[in-house]
Amino acid sequence: MKAPVYFDYAATTPVDPRVAQKMSECLMTEGNFGNPASRSHKFGWEAEEAVELARTQVAALLNCDPREIVWTSGATESDNLAIKGIAQFYKGKGKHIITSKIEHKAVLDTCRHLEREGFEVTYLEPGSDGLIRPEAVQSAIREDTTLVSIMHVNNEIGVVNDIERIGEVCRAAKVFYHVDAAQSAGKIPIDLSTLKVDLMALSGHKMYGPKGVGVLFVRRKPRVRLEAQMHGGGHERGMRSGTLATHQLVGMGEACRIAQAEMSSEAARTLALRERLWQGLNDMEEVYVNGDLNAHVPGIINISFNYVEGESLIMSLPELAVSSGSACTSASLEPSYVLRALGMNDELAHSSLRFSVGRFTTEEDVDAAIAQVRRAVEKLRELSPLWDMYKDGVDLDSIEWAAH
Amino acid sequence: MAYSDQVMDHYQNPRNVGKFDDDDAQIGTGMVGAPACGDVMRLQIKVNDLGIIEDAKFKTYGCGSAIASSSLLTEWVKGRSIDEAAQIKNTEIAEELALPPVKIHCSVLAEDAIKAAVEDYRKKLSDA
Ligand SMILES: Cc1ncc(COP(=O)(O)O)c(C=O)c1O
Repeated sequence: MKAPVYFDYAATTPVDPRVAQKMSECLMTEGNFGNPASRSHKFGWEAEEAVELARTQVAALLNCDPREIVWTSGATESDNLAIKGIAQFYKGKGKHIITSKIEHKAVLDTCRHLEREGFEVTYLEPGSDGLIRPEAVQSAIREDTTLVSIMHVNNEIGVVNDIERIGEVCRAAKVFYHVDAAQSAGKIPIDLSTLKVDLMALSGHKMYGPKGVGVLFVRRKPRVRLEAQMHGGGHERGMRSGTLATHQLVGMGEACRIAQAEMSSEAARTLALRERLWQGLNDMEEVYVNGDLNAHVPGIINISFNYVEGESLIMSLPELAVSSGSACTSASLEPSYVLRALGMNDELAHSSLRFSVGRFTTEEDVDAAIAQVRRAVEKLRELSPLWDMYKDGVDLDSIEWAAH
Repeated sequence: MAYSDQVMDHYQNPRNVGKFDDDDAQIGTGMVGAPACGDVMRLQIKVNDLGIIEDAKFKTYGCGSAIASSSLLTEWVKGRSIDEAAQIKNTEIAEELALPPVKIHCSVLAEDAIKAAVEDYRKKLSDA
């Protein structure tokens, strides 16, 4: 079987060859392999220089001070450090946190953990468009709230939250604001010199950098303080100990440099691909986009194919690497918590696919995907008793189903 | 997740897909599952005067294992008496298709479907 066409850039991206080249120069004897913390010789100085250049490249992408960048192992660690770090440092002030129901598990599970430690968490509901309203954040803030964590771009549906206005709400209430920007950084503009965002998490492998590296932006003015989660040699101003992985950081830096230089052309290209895909599918009956397409990152689209079950759809698309909104492959049989939080009925949530395109996707890939998806959906609808009933004009909600 | 060859075979070439007329006295219909749970099976049997299943058809909304379980079932019930068919156990289906533990519920649903179809036919017979 030939390799499937990759439509899962939101899960991870391949490393850009330019990034891989830079990384490979930081590994072996003849390369820049030193420990950036070694102060006594050239190997250390050169490694430190490479790491600091990378830090500058990340800061340039976000328009912040390089001293506000803390290296981590990925967005999961950054989310953990931000949320636990703030919650624990400021627990004397209050123990209430606000987040949303459609955050990534890195945020949700961290919040759950804090609940077990006696913190209180409010989980905001998105609208049916997938967006979190700044007003909802406003009305959830209490006297004892210390942190709001609302993501920039949702990884399943691709909607973009208004982090500018949410930031203003938080700043006015003197509550810290953390943003999980794993899906937005490098894809859409982020300007931390104007945004009222105090902490921001990035991931290398969502932007053509390597896996195993990420960043936490920690604002200096107004100053944000954190309880470290990893103790040791006091690296990263005590916020995250551990020898810096030169090759990883250099890779992330180069990935940010490329993303910044090519953002507008790349965004236009990926948007055109996504629109081509949707144009090729939207004339089918009972096909819906999830999340507001007017507030969307270019590369992601989540589509429900009514009366077709997601896992069987994926099974009939062996030549496409897509992700199912339905978590049927797990033992839980639960449809995606994100789609459910939008108020979508379970059938539609079970029937959804996430397509994500990126730097190496071509128009031919998209056309092949359209043809395969159409064929698979038609085949499965032929097999579907629900489709029959829909065609016969039966209202599925009028039937008493025996839940099992 | 990898599927067994048996599941792939039924999934790619489902047997006996279709629909009989619900109102026909010879037809028994079993519809089980729920859209919200991600699987619905409709199994129909056509029974002759001797109580033998002459033909069977299905349509299934669900994962590959659910489709394969119902497809296999239509093959198995043909030629059996309704009493025999109602005895088919989910474990036999699961074994034949080599279903992994997380997919056992698909075979349970298939067992429920044949039981429901037989019951529907019997009800029609006694109401007639
Ligand atoms: C929104 C979001 N947050 C966090 C993560 C976790 O990132 P990482 O894999 O770098 O830990 C991901 C990726 O899976 C993501 O999409």
